[in-house]
Amino acid sequence: MSSPDEDPPTEPERWRDLDMLLSRPGNLVHADFNPSPGLRDSLGSLVEVLVVGAGGLGCELLKDLALSGFKNIHVIDMDTIDVSNLNRQFLFRVQDVGKSKAEVAAKRVMERVSGVNIVPHFCRIEDKEIEFYSQFSIIVLGLDSIEARSYINSVACGFLEYDSDDKPIPETLKPMVDGGTEGFKGHARVIIPGTTPCFECNIWLFPPQVKFPLCTLAETPRTAAHCIEYAHLIKWNEALKRAELFGISGVTYSFTQGVVKNIIPAIASTNAIVSAACALEALKLISGCSKTVSNYLTLETLNMVLFEVHYFSLTICRYNGLDGTHINVSEFAREKDCLVCGPGTLIELGTSTTLSEFIKMLEEHPKLLMSRASVTHEGDNLYMQAPEVLEQMTRPNLGVPMFELLKGAARTTVHVTGMAENNGKKVSSLRKLRVTFKGVEESSKMDESS
Amino acid sequence: MAAATAAAFAEPKTKYDRQLRIWGDQGQAALEKASICLLTCGPTGTEAMKNLVLGGVGSVTVVDGSKVEQSDMGNNFLLDAECLGQSRAKSVCSFLQELNDAVNAKFVEESPLALIDTNPSFFSQFTVVIATQLPERSLLKLDDICRKANIVLVAARSYGLTGLVRISVKEHNVIESKPDHFLDDLRLHNPWVELKQFAKSIDINDKDPVVHKHTPYIVILVRLAEKWADAHDGRLPSTRQEKNEFKALIREHMLNLDEENYKEAVESSYKVSVTPGISDEIRQIIDDSSAEVNSSSSDFWVLVAALKEFIANEGNGELPLEGTIPDMTSLTEYYVSLQKIYQAKAESDCLALEHHVKDILKRIDRDPDSISRAYIKTFCKNARKLRVCRYRSMEEEFSSPVLSEVQKYFTDEDYCFAMNFYVLLRAVDRLAANYNRFPGIFESEIDEDVPRLKTAAVSVMSEMGMNGAPLSEDLITEMCRFGGAEIHPVAAFIGGVASQEVIKLVTKQFVPLLGTFIFNGIDHKSQVLAL
Repeated sequence: MSSPDEDPPTEPERWRDLDMLLSRPGNLVHADFNPSPGLRDSLGSLVEVLVVGAGGLGCELLKDLALSGFKNIHVIDMDTIDVSNLNRQFLFRVQDVGKSKAEVAAKRVMERVSGVNIVPHFCRIEDKEIEFYSQFSIIVLGLDSIEARSYINSVACGFLEYDSDDKPIPETLKPMVDGGTEGFKGHARVIIPGTTPCFECNIWLFPPQVKFPLCTLAETPRTAAHCIEYAHLIKWNEALKRAELFGISGVTYSFTQGVVKNIIPAIASTNAIVSAACALEALKLISGCSKTVSNYLTLETLNMVLFEVHYFSLTICRYNGLDGTHINVSEFAREKDCLVCGPGTLIELGTSTTLSEFIKMLEEHPKLLMSRASVTHEGDNLYMQAPEVLEQMTRPNLGVPMFELLKGAARTTVHVTGMAENNGKKVSSLRKLRVTFKGVEESSKMDESS
Repeated sequence: MAAATAAAFAEPKTKYDRQLRIWGDQGQAALEKASICLLTCGPTGTEAMKNLVLGGVGSVTVVDGSKVEQSDMGNNFLLDAECLGQSRAKSVCSFLQELNDAVNAKFVEESPLALIDTNPSFFSQFTVVIATQLPERSLLKLDDICRKANIVLVAARSYGLTGLVRISVKEHNVIESKPDHFLDDLRLHNPWVELKQFAKSIDINDKDPVVHKHTPYIVILVRLAEKWADAHDGRLPSTRQEKNEFKALIREHMLNLDEENYKEAVESSYKVSVTPGISDEIRQIIDDSSAEVNSSSSDFWVLVAALKEFIANEGNGELPLEGTIPDMTSLTEYYVSLQKIYQAKAESDCLALEHHVKDILKRIDRDPDSISRAYIKTFCKNARKLRVCRYRSMEEEFSSPVLSEVQKYFTDEDYCFAMNFYVLLRAVDRLAANYNRFPGIFESEIDEDVPRLKTAAVSVMSEMGMNGAPLSEDLITEMCRFGGAEIHPVAAFIGGVASQEVIKLVTKQFVPLLGTFIFNGIDHKSQVLAL
């Protein structure tokens, strides 16, 4: 196959506008930007993008990315369509209620934008093997939960490897663009693991959910929210009665839904703005490369360019539509010892330590405190807690020394998933560990290349 | 049958649930009454309309005289291959209709430029006109038409990696400005009789630990502020040191260190030291010449006139009380009683204001009942947050920008960038008027277009009185590289901002952009220029 560079660009008339940006040199571009008429086609054929979430942001993102030259897109969402989505999730119609968001969204965008291929995944993000995520050059997040962001962040950061000087290895970088909205406000940020702060480095940016003290709910309720939360906890049909008893007004159906389900207000315009900002950043990150990416093998080097891209990289851009000022760009610093995007927690094992002893160590390790851990190494499942078939298949490994399972490597990276504390809650988490063995020399490493 | 009707009735409530939580039933009703016109069906305009149609505006009319081309397939989601060769306006209209059948979608197959030139009265039927990708000359004309007819104009433009949004209307008044953070209206510095009596009825030295730790901080602060004042010639704490002493006084009354209500009292102690009277912003509004009302005054200004009378009389220099209190540690009984005391005062203030409204309406020969009680109530509740937004005409801005602002902008790096974009966006129109194309459209002419664009930019600047201001050579080159391209994500961003502003303007909630919003997609920043 000849390189896209030698072929005339496809559909030049259709992509006239986008090509102005991609085919011409400029002074305010990234140093590695290599404009060419074929750049759009290379981008389309070589880059795979994952969109996480097919809701308010996801629908917009799929449209924006498809019209920014991306042709291979995957979208993952476990949700089905609800009537209350229709005021902003513009790819869905009343007759789609109940169907998979990912599947309907992918179909609608493919119907309207010819040439784009979108693969839907109607499942939870945790249901996918970690390796599934490794195929993507960039991951764009349109989520409304901190837990899900945290999970994808840990997966993307998990791929990152550091060299012996603790410098991130460019080929292992998996950048993310994260968007979020609430009412008239929103944010967009670019996360380049190991270079810019990861989601976990500044998790404090997301305030914890309001929780009322139990004694207030039981003894001294004062607001409608207190009565509803009480009913939600104790007994639903007591909510109204309780409010009456204490002379509290404001217990309405709509308000109840808001309190119980913690509903975040959402509108079309804010989603559109934040998604557009994310898609534009994705386009800028990826199109920093051109000619050097001429075949599939060098796909990994795409990330090398990303590593150096300066646009936007250390910043969070916050959009506030309430008042005059609209975008604030703030800079945040990386957390050096971040468990997620750092080089990984160091664990030293004896050469005879078995896999089951290792799993036990994770439960007691003060920094990890991880229970029910599943362990993978370079894509191989060493032990899986679920599903049952995999558990049975990997169970014999439990008694085998780690040193043997890790093919005699003196120092290597292992991924573990399990339940760990996050923001005071036990949630499904992924952690990267650097395993070394006592008394084993670095030189005895068997496969340096992998 | 009855069930089916109920379901049909319930659906909009459910469909709009997430936005009703932001702008409420009244905001939604305003949207459903609004009629929006879009000029030019490029991606910037159609994305703005998409967001508004999803939100359920009453009717939309899209105006475009061109046919769907290949290039539309590359940047406009509302147009697909089946529309090729057909009217852009018609095709966009049918997709918008598909998005929400509650909206009345119409189209006019005519060039917006021709419509502005030949049929200015066309625009008077709309609530808002969104003008996208219009050249300066037509925009100026349209602005004049809309201002004369009192129609809100929102101009939006995407150009390569930059763009702008600008609102134009003589005056836009906001009662529900809904700021993010605003001090609670508790009047702890100046408690009224009923509040003082209630505070006195509770013994803050009650040794019963349950009562003591459930005495609301409002009561604690009213009582201790009085105690403080008695010891300080009737003054309240004002200096830093006094405020610290006052906090110490609060802490002295704690029985235990873990009493949440006392912690809240310490944290809220500054609320007894707020400056009495009204803020400079509200002072400016009541002193505005529009507050001297006559028979043609709007309801808003009649209410402002009444507010002025209230402040001078019943209010004793203060605004009507808002009437709500924040949640705080308290026995239910105390809290509900406090709530009622605040509500009662707010209601009596509102009633007093209503009397002034009726008097004024009589004076200006209007029906004294022509302003609804609900409207007056909302006004009273938000009296501290009123906003008056006035916009200069585009003609005024273009010919005589506020030079002091301009000079200030050029001294700041980010604003200087935005000013450059502002000038260049106008300069590309000048060039397009002369050459019938945007600079840089043809690759072969980029090198000649760069100096041409520079000359045009210099002349824009000198007309604005900005001789010698720095122009970035890099940005001039960049503008030529853009070649007038409408890139989808930039268009979706600019269109999104435009639709957001339309929602604020139509619902009359939140504060709209007060200036020209400039998007800098290179650094992903934006500035608002008040010119």
